[in-house]
Amino acid sequence: MTDFQVEVYQNEYLPQGSAEVNAIVTVTASGNATPAASAGADAAEVIIIDTSGSMQHPATKLAAAKRATAAAIDALRDGVNFAVVSGSERADLVYPPRLGMRPATALSREEAKRAVNALRADGGTAMGEWLLLARELFATQTSPLRHAILLTDGQNVHERPKKLERILEGVTGQFVCDCRGVGTDWEVKELRKISTALLGTVDIVAEPADLEADFRAMTSNAMGKEVADVSLRLWTPQGATVKFVKQVEPTLTDLTDRRVESAARSGDYPTGAWGSESRDYHVCVQVNPANVGDKMLAARVSLVSATGDVLGKGQVLAVWTDDTALSTKINPEVAHYTGQAELASAIEEGLEAQRAGQIESATAKLGRAVKLAHESGHEDTAKLLAKVVEVVDPVHGTIRLKREVATVDAMTLESRSQVTKRVGRKSEED
Amino acid sequence: MNCPDCGEPAEATDRYCENCGGSLQLRRTPSGGPIGRVGGAGCVGCGGAVSSDGYCETCGRAQPTGRDRMEFDLELVAGVSDRGRSRARNEDSMAFGVVGPVDAPQAVVTVVCDGVGSTERADSASQAAVDAAIEAIVDALLSGSSPRSATDDGAAAAYESVGELARPNSPDTAPSCTLVSAVVTQSEITVGWIGDSRAYWVSSSPDVPSRRLTTDDTLVAQLVAAGMDEAEASASLNAHALARWVGADAEQAPPHVVVIQPEAPGRLLLCSDGLWNYLPDAESLAARVSDAEPLKVAAELTSIANELGGHDNITVVVIPWEGRVP
Ligand SMILES: [Zn+2]
Ligand SMILES: [Zn+2]
Repeated sequence: MTDFQVEVYQNEYLPQGSAEVNAIVTVTASGNATPAASAGADAAEVIIIDTSGSMQHPATKLAAAKRATAAAIDALRDGVNFAVVSGSERADLVYPPRLGMRPATALSREEAKRAVNALRADGGTAMGEWLLLARELFATQTSPLRHAILLTDGQNVHERPKKLERILEGVTGQFVCDCRGVGTDWEVKELRKISTALLGTVDIVAEPADLEADFRAMTSNAMGKEVADVSLRLWTPQGATVKFVKQVEPTLTDLTDRRVESAARSGDYPTGAWGSESRDYHVCVQVNPANVGDKMLAARVSLVSATGDVLGKGQVLAVWTDDTALSTKINPEVAHYTGQAELASAIEEGLEAQRAGQIESATAKLGRAVKLAHESGHEDTAKLLAKVVEVVDPVHGTIRLKREVATVDAMTLESRSQVTKRVGRKSEED
Repeated sequence: MNCPDCGEPAEATDRYCENCGGSLQLRRTPSGGPIGRVGGAGCVGCGGAVSSDGYCETCGRAQPTGRDRMEFDLELVAGVSDRGRSRARNEDSMAFGVVGPVDAPQAVVTVVCDGVGSTERADSASQAAVDAAIEAIVDALLSGSSPRSATDDGAAAAYESVGELARPNSPDTAPSCTLVSAVVTQSEITVGWIGDSRAYWVSSSPDVPSRRLTTDDTLVAQLVAAGMDEAEASASLNAHALARWVGADAEQAPPHVVVIQPEAPGRLLLCSDGLWNYLPDAESLAARVSDAEPLKVAAELTSIANELGGHDNITVVVIPWEGRVP
């Protein structure tokens, strides 16, 4: 049984006439000490590997992808239903032989690995097709925990962006998908579009040799999930509008547009599947300001399971005061994550400007990013930034653009731009 | 008849239940004040349903607790006392009761007191005053006194109990309050007052005008009574200061009393200045009184006063009057 705890961090005091209420909602799920003990049939896993022609250049890429897939298969819990898809300009089922999934056993693992080993790289790239086959496979299962891994090495050239977008709309909510780009010929924005829609992560695996460890880690993480399809439910009073709802830790994901109305003045935002973990959300609500001395419930935050059970609850409050000592106090959690969101956009906009040759803008944005990373103690990002720019003074964000930036460094920084640092904690090593 | 508290049979003439000791002749607000809200009364802001965590399900407003919002409903009389929007405490108090057997009520008694804001423990003063006054009035009525003499007894008891609060402090810092009381029977309405809390007759008939029943015990009212133009009187220094009040530092004298026998049904309304400051004129006040049951009317008028600023504590007690039984 997984317990959810909801904590709200905010300064509820607002000056007269002020309408915007900000709060950081920390959700902590604590579950079984031994998730492996739970029934394997609760989970289903689809591994999608890119077998387009480019995976052959160099040949080590495909070989590493095969080893990584084998490692992922080995990391599955016994009994977990799984399938393997190979992707090119179309999607092919590698394992099992017929549409469906097989529970992980010693025998099925061996059969699957043999099928994976026989793969050849050939053809183009149409990721939408891969996702459609994954959805079809998941549809054969009743398992609530549905996770996919998508590996690619290139851009989605054999499918128009509009088509991919349409397909994403259709598969959203059907499964969670973590996306990985191997090498440096793929596009971060494109893969992020997929991972964001499917509530997963995106990352670069520059060296094919590192794929194996990464796939194993991703699969173990997926096996640690215990509760599927949890929603963050937000009740707001009449006349209020939700300005945004963002996951802000461990990664930045804007959920604002994902709202599904659940009752009067109540909407649900998907958060995907949960294991024993903690995440932070930034909720911003615009309310009708009341009078000084009045107290209002600006939002009721609850975590709701797929069956509608309330797993945890919290309150976001607003109290209007003419005591400026109270109303001007800045909540450290809200400030920290507002900074983390700004850091992410400074990196993305800075890299974009750099690509476009806008030196001045790139210097300003990336300098701002260096300053924010330094201020918030986001050492991981600071290190990645230092590979892309020459840091003169991190305190003031003084930098110089490097004449030569390795593509892998720029892509790594871009891939991890939305990985945030938890408030008040030392950055954790990967 | 049966005891309304324990259900045991009782003699209609008994004052107290032989079984549980409860009063057979009086249902009233609890002594010490009807602290808190009436169940299901709805949001103080928008009237919406209130969730178990104390917030409105519609507008999100936190619902006031304790003396900040007192509500009570005896059907024949109901009232609301609210902190308002700017005062730190609610220093108004109200007490009301229905005298006589449950199935044959004889009189409705109401007292509203407004703690004088400049004094310490003004909330204790108003609460002590309403409790002492209602008890004295009811005792007097049950022992056969006329409503007028019961009204005098009520004011005297209020003076005494508020006066006791002055000890051991000097009378200069003694807490004090205003007082308005009403004894409503089937034949007449007797209103007594000291200070500037008011009573209004809100007529239900188009042929009978609504009117104010009390004259404030303020300098301005005295100047106007003495023939001065109202604007001129209001302009004079401290014109709205109280000329009379209930407290250890006040000169004790009987209350002003007015007795009316309305020609048509209507409602008697007792209120503190937290309401009438915004709607002083009887007709403009009457225009805002809906046809709802007394508790709802009191809550609506309280909301109106809050909407208009809620500068002071607001207390409204509403007593419907059907008129003389033919
Ligand atoms: Zn009894
Ligand atoms: Zn409300």
